[in-house]
Amino acid sequence: MGKALRDGNTLPVLIVLGVLVVFWYLAAIWLNAPWQFGVYERAGTTGWGWTDFVRDTWSQERPVLPSPHQVMIELWNTTAAMAPTSKRSLVYHGWVTLSATLLGFVLGTALGILLAVLIVHNRATDRSLMPWIIASQTIPILAIAPMIVIISYNVLTGKNPLAEMLHLDADAARLVSKALISTYLSFFPVVVGMVKGFRSPEQIQLDLMHTYNASASQTFWKLRFPIALPYLFTSMKVAVAASLVGAIVGELPTGAVAGLGARLLGGSYYGQTIQIWSALFAAAILAGVLVIAVGVVERLVTERMGARPA
Amino acid sequence: MTSVVTAQNLGLTFPANDGPVVALSDVDLDIKRGEFVSFIGPSGCGKTTLLRVIADLEQPTAGTIEINAMSPAEARVKRSYGYVFQAPALYPWRTIEKNVALPLEIMGFPRQEQQARIARTLDLVNLSGFAKKYPWQLSGGMQQRASIARALAFDADLLLMDEPFGALDEIVRDHLNSELLKLWAATSKTIAFVTHSIPEAVYLSTKIVVMSPRPGRVTDVIESTLPAERPLDIRETPEFLAIAARVREGLRAGHSYEE
Repeated sequence: MGKALRDGNTLPVLIVLGVLVVFWYLAAIWLNAPWQFGVYERAGTTGWGWTDFVRDTWSQERPVLPSPHQVMIELWNTTAAMAPTSKRSLVYHGWVTLSATLLGFVLGTALGILLAVLIVHNRATDRSLMPWIIASQTIPILAIAPMIVIISYNVLTGKNPLAEMLHLDADAARLVSKALISTYLSFFPVVVGMVKGFRSPEQIQLDLMHTYNASASQTFWKLRFPIALPYLFTSMKVAVAASLVGAIVGELPTGAVAGLGARLLGGSYYGQTIQIWSALFAAAILAGVLVIAVGVVERLVTERMGARPA
Repeated sequence: MTSVVTAQNLGLTFPANDGPVVALSDVDLDIKRGEFVSFIGPSGCGKTTLLRVIADLEQPTAGTIEINAMSPAEARVKRSYGYVFQAPALYPWRTIEKNVALPLEIMGFPRQEQQARIARTLDLVNLSGFAKKYPWQLSGGMQQRASIARALAFDADLLLMDEPFGALDEIVRDHLNSELLKLWAATSKTIAFVTHSIPEAVYLSTKIVVMSPRPGRVTDVIESTLPAERPLDIRETPEFLAIAARVREGLRAGHSYEE
């Protein structure tokens, strides 16, 4: 255990965490002090001691910067200590965001792989698609997100063949239109990674397939796809985090009533800084869990593919 | 005896920015069924290019070449040859048996026949106990043996080998050379073998094609007088040394290292 602490990443990470927490508490005193002085003045409190002052800056109801323990308590109260069905539960809001994230991530990964296949197998698509794919990511997502969400919601619930075919209710349409933002952000790393992955076979491996007179699809399934899998997982780790950002951004500007983005927005409307920070932490924890989950799948797959144990 | 590979006036010129590079020029070649033919020469003499032309991996720019009375492209589509590359080129995500199964899967052999062929060819290269291992668990020599098994699995009559043992140390190489001769005797295949080692060429071959660079061309063709049965110590006999001397002579005549 002690050796694991000394040799692994754990100790350095804990030290950095400790430094950040100390810094955070100090910043909370500094940033919340002006408001606290005002409170004392209005109440006519005089002769307050430094201990009381520090405690008070760390326990305001709407602080400029909530202290770490306030955020942690709020997180606990809105997750473990609350029924997940409650409209104030972060589990409920987290699930709303997570469902859009996962849907968008799956769509984005599939779209990314599909585009990469087209690009690798066809010179014309390589030349014509790649610049547009790169351009798509230069547009500020915050600017385009409301339009995508509103347009796709209206298309999905309107009177047109697509809506009639999919037959979505309002909630499902809202979910899909948010997920499209996730898709928009997450397909890009997958395209870039998979184009590189599909092109990673060495000439000798391609020559080998050529001597067998293998078809393009045989070369794809027996060589290009398996050799690209490590690239896929690296891309998916980036893509899943981007998907979460996309889902939250999709909730922000559209007056969504549920989801972590809605909690962030609601918190900022009403000056509920503790709520904002706890939603932020919930999002960060969710992102971490998602990236770790992709990593676990990666390890299972590479083990099955006979990789040398690291 | 029937010819497996015939070439007349074969030439190949690669276009390059600083003028065309003549990789092969005026090559005449006749490989008969069951022969073991080595191509020897210094780097840049076109020996690998010649093998790649036979395999339809490069297109000649002059002359004619036929494999089993077909064009190289037709021969490749008919899967007339197995190719062993300089590196084993095993797929790291496949076990040894799955690597040997690769051409069989592509060529659509039934699963049961695949199993039988894998067992037989792994036995031929003495890797029977390693079927379930992954390539990284095998030594370099064993990996190259696995790649030979892969080339043998679909029973092409012609085996093209491009410096297959070039990256291995001499002890392993000696061992694999004698194994290869046994394998050749057991399967009666035609083998075209590229090497830059004189002892290897003389030890293995029934016919040695000596090549020289700039432009790549054939300078000598030596029919070996060694007996079919070749223990490793045959390399100490005067007959062996005489052939080796003639190969060395041919290499020296065709190539001036002073340039």
